[in-house]
Amino acid sequence: MTKNMENYNVNEKGYYGEFGGAYIPEMLYPNVEELRQNYLKVMAEPEFQKEFNQLLKDYVGRPSPLYFAKRLSEKYNTKVYLKREDLNHTGAHKINNTIGQILMAKRLGKRRIIAETGAGQHGVATATVCALMGLECIVYMGEIDIARQAPNVARMKMLGATVIPALSGSRTLKDATNEAIRDWINNPVNTHYIIGSAIGPHPYPDMVTKFQSVISEEIKWQLKEHEGRENPDYVVACIGGGSNAAGTYYHFLHEKDVNIIAVEAAGLGVDSGESAATSVLGKEGIIHGCKTLLMQTSDGQITEPYSISAGLDYPGVGPMHAHLCKTERAEFMAITDDDAMKAGLKLCELEGIIPAIESSHALAIFEQKTFKPDDVVVVSLSGRGDKDLENYIEYFKI
Amino acid sequence: MDSCLRRNDKTMNRINKKLKEDKKLLSIYFTAGYPSINDTVSIIQDLEKNGVDMIEIGLPFSDPLADGSTIQASSTQALKNGMTSEVLFNQLKDIRQSVNIPLIIMGYFNPIYQYGVEAFCKKCQEIGIDGLIIPDLPVDVYHEKYQTIFEKYGLINVFLITPQTSDERIRYIDSISNGFIYMVSSASTTGAQSGFGEEQTQYFERIGNMNLNNPQIVGFGISNNQTFTQATQYAKGAIIGSAFVKHVTNEGVNSIDKFVKSVLN
Ligand SMILES: Cc1ncc(COP(=O)(O)O)c(C=O)c1O
Repeated sequence: MTKNMENYNVNEKGYYGEFGGAYIPEMLYPNVEELRQNYLKVMAEPEFQKEFNQLLKDYVGRPSPLYFAKRLSEKYNTKVYLKREDLNHTGAHKINNTIGQILMAKRLGKRRIIAETGAGQHGVATATVCALMGLECIVYMGEIDIARQAPNVARMKMLGATVIPALSGSRTLKDATNEAIRDWINNPVNTHYIIGSAIGPHPYPDMVTKFQSVISEEIKWQLKEHEGRENPDYVVACIGGGSNAAGTYYHFLHEKDVNIIAVEAAGLGVDSGESAATSVLGKEGIIHGCKTLLMQTSDGQITEPYSISAGLDYPGVGPMHAHLCKTERAEFMAITDDDAMKAGLKLCELEGIIPAIESSHALAIFEQKTFKPDDVVVVSLSGRGDKDLENYIEYFKI
Repeated sequence: MDSCLRRNDKTMNRINKKLKEDKKLLSIYFTAGYPSINDTVSIIQDLEKNGVDMIEIGLPFSDPLADGSTIQASSTQALKNGMTSEVLFNQLKDIRQSVNIPLIIMGYFNPIYQYGVEAFCKKCQEIGIDGLIIPDLPVDVYHEKYQTIFEKYGLINVFLITPQTSDERIRYIDSISNGFIYMVSSASTTGAQSGFGEEQTQYFERIGNMNLNNPQIVGFGISNNQTFTQATQYAKGAIIGSAFVKHVTNEGVNSIDKFVKSVLN
């Protein structure tokens, strides 16, 4: 760690600066406490490490390539590298976390797995590892998301999961998370809740971050091979709750010369009333068990967000990102639906890669921000666009 | 913990006074601003008039994690009706001119945090609110950050325990409580269920045998005379929430007497 730098990791009480903690009803205390007491110990076990790494390699297909995007680089006159999480089994970074958590759940003796999902990527990744381990799987998904991510719903069902629609509130990710938490309250003994992003009560944000940190661990040695140096000038990732971002930043958090860019969904525009740009529109508060930045009314009611991308359609950010924002360690940018869709299409045309709409948000920053020709910019290509085809078709009238 | 108990009768919190009465207590939860925005005060008055011992006024929240579908729906409607902390405080500003029983506000932490915890507590004291139940404010955060504020304004904070709460943690919660302990009947969100089984009575007995400093009041799953009687065999009182909200949903606010009578007789 560089001297004089703030600590960006979680502290022993479960906080990132003033953000984080475990603001949970007493009904959840035993479950969360069990996890808190065990997660670091379990993750440090050589047997666990071995199994985790083996599955990431043979089952997920890691390491994911760090690809020098030549034509994109030429277009924007800088050096763009794409971290190809889209090439993982199931098509996104989400599976890094679900592999870790399913092994954790097994160590804790849990037989029943629940999850929430927005885009359906986390739901698919959870259904996949449950099939792999022979565990029961229940996925909560907002009714709106079920409609806009139909292929992923079908995939979950094929993988043996039960998909339960969340019918309350905005019927998107926030509401699916509420339902999953309620399920956990009602099933405290045999169930493990696999949270899909770097959110929730401590230790979830830290545990998810650590499972996803394989992304930046690989970037370091891969970039060394490409560029002869481990540290890029910029790391860029989109933020829903912030798990692909947390994994992409993790090993660079305390590297002073690495700039961090966090990309949020502006929806129809930050000031349009239809947005999910939490860092701009949010205030400190409590959501889903942690203190963080969230979009809310002056009376403390959580606001319903909007983004074309189901995975970014969340009214908060993980507590680590709230801290990165508050301390200005990360630069936060907001990208509209339109700019994201265009950036997605551009990647198709220039590089032959169809990105997830979530990831397209991260790619859109090149239209807004100018980099130097010899800057090395690593962008997390968090997922592939198969699940979004219908959205792309409709948007571009293909 | 002792500061409140030691106070003489005049300054003693209404909750502590009520807990000293030689009877089983019936506490009713309702969602403020539901079914109509201006029902709050008349519901409170009606509940007292019909012999309810204590009231939990639900401050609605957009994302009530610990609540089942009945209270979720009433909260959503109350928010649509325009309920906020400010509106509630305005509705309650003269409540102590007509109502004497203990009043507790039950709400999630975020709206209280946005109002400002100290400002919220101060307002509660001005109005004559006796206590708060904040399900997602953990005991240790309360103890570290907010206990002195609650005490400054004479408010009792009520904590929950569940069948999964360890004895050690129950003792810790008991040591920080100064009114009663909210004994959640089973691992669940709110919502009426039909009767208590072996498992629950064993749990009630286990807690009873711990001889805690604070009396216990059972909540979640109490819906009628049978469950009220069962629960109060083991505890000082019981709280009815969803069943009352359902009653108000189906029968309106003019037959509260019918509901209370059916529970007490
Ligand atoms: C491809 C992809 N990228 C990003 C996200 C956003 O999640 P997070 O911020 O946790 O990485 C999602 C969520 O569903 C996703 O599917």
